[in-house]
Amino acid sequence: MTLDAILFYVFAAAALGSALVVVGQRHPTYSAFALIVTLCSLSAVFGLLGSPFIAVLQVVVYAGAIMVLFLFVLMLLRVTREERPAGGGWALKATAIGLGAVLAAQVGSVLATVARGPGAPGFNASTVSVARLLFSPAYLYVFEATSILILAALVGAVALAKRDL
Amino acid sequence: MTPVQQELLIATGKVLVFVGVFLGLFSGMTYVERRLLAFMQFRLGPNRVGPFGLLQPVADGIKLFFKEEVMPEGANKWAFMAAPALAIVTAFLAIAVVPYGPTVHLFNRDIPLQIADLDVGVLFLFAISSLGVYGIVMAGWAANNKYTLLGGLRSSAQMFSYELSLGMSWVGAIILAGSFRISDIVASQAGWFIPNWNFFRQAPGFLVYLVAATAEVNRTPFDLPEAETELVAGFHTEYSSMRFALLQMAEYVNMMTVAAVGTSLFFGGWLAPVPGLQHVFGRDIGLLWFLLKMGAGLFFFIWLRGTVPRFRYDQLMNFGWKVLLPLATLNILGTAAWIAFSK
Repeated sequence: MTLDAILFYVFAAAALGSALVVVGQRHPTYSAFALIVTLCSLSAVFGLLGSPFIAVLQVVVYAGAIMVLFLFVLMLLRVTREERPAGGGWALKATAIGLGAVLAAQVGSVLATVARGPGAPGFNASTVSVARLLFSPAYLYVFEATSILILAALVGAVALAKRDL
Repeated sequence: MTPVQQELLIATGKVLVFVGVFLGLFSGMTYVERRLLAFMQFRLGPNRVGPFGLLQPVADGIKLFFKEEVMPEGANKWAFMAAPALAIVTAFLAIAVVPYGPTVHLFNRDIPLQIADLDVGVLFLFAISSLGVYGIVMAGWAANNKYTLLGGLRSSAQMFSYELSLGMSWVGAIILAGSFRISDIVASQAGWFIPNWNFFRQAPGFLVYLVAATAEVNRTPFDLPEAETELVAGFHTEYSSMRFALLQMAEYVNMMTVAAVGTSLFFGGWLAPVPGLQHVFGRDIGLLWFLLKMGAGLFFFIWLRGTVPRFRYDQLMNFGWKVLLPLATLNILGTAAWIAFSK
């Protein structure tokens, strides 16, 4: 087994294990910390697949920025118990089982159709190639429109939260 | 040995050496800081243990080892124990991508003085610095004490606010070098130090970096997370013995990383300020130049601590969002425009 393969299994196991912790236990702060572990392990898998740029973005955006806000809110509100909806929860359980079945079907169909073995040769996910693709005519306008959308959302959030600056 | 095993051995060796050197620098740094700070305040500082008090770090280390390890009653045990480890791991991860010197020839092999020359080096640093906050937040939350919780919250808000400016202060240097790779950014500053160093070409970027980095490592005047008049000792109030030492170590390693990154991105890294001084007696003394520049950066941090009082919290937030961030953005726009129109 090559070094890459060993590392892949280590990080894949870490990602799966911590993802189970996220949904499995009831303390919201533990779940948040476990989700950070999941995201970092996924980032390591991206790195092993030869796309360091995506790997780093995964950490910067999700593990670094979004999860900090999650934790911030959890700690500020001192949430210690999971809020559970009143009632028997039969509808919830049925929904969960249904969605779980859909997920299992999706994973199964991907596993059944995907080619086993190494990925396509010559695949290049370096920063330069990602940037060239992103700023090529095919994606440029979509990319810029997305940034304007995010900026608008940002301004909106500030305007709503703070009426007098 | 197969080539893979050789590579693995060299990589492991480099990691051990670099971590060892940084640990040694940490203990030296505690001594130097206490002495220099004392001199700035017309005191003597620790001068009893060994000649000039040089063995003080050793004595401190022994003391910390033998102190009682206190676990607060209502603490969250797991998180309380994990937090210092998390802090130190993120602190040490960042030293991997900095180039400390030229390639050296050892055991018939060329070994670069850098653990990993990543294609996305600068972004990696950004990612690690964004993870650095978790150690502090976790420490503050796990102790189940209102002072530590407030210290942790404060520091997460502070680091979150200044991280953005920190990352954006690098963009000018990245644009000028045309690469995220730190060794490329160092190489782009070759030649005479005026005007080639980013310190001159990217003066606004450097200023933003200086302020944001000081805030990021929680040093005075931005040491609000551990403001003793309001928060006892902030997030590490409940820590004692070696766990306290680990948190302290993380803070110092972060400070050294900030100095090393500043050296690489703004002061030409291991390159000599004047091209003729790169080689002395036919040997490349890049590592010495690097240590000299990094040492100057560390001295600056101590000097700052001896000089400037602490900010108030609202001043800190206003300054970060309303002054620093716009300045960093303008710097990026200016640099990009200059590149676009000069080519």
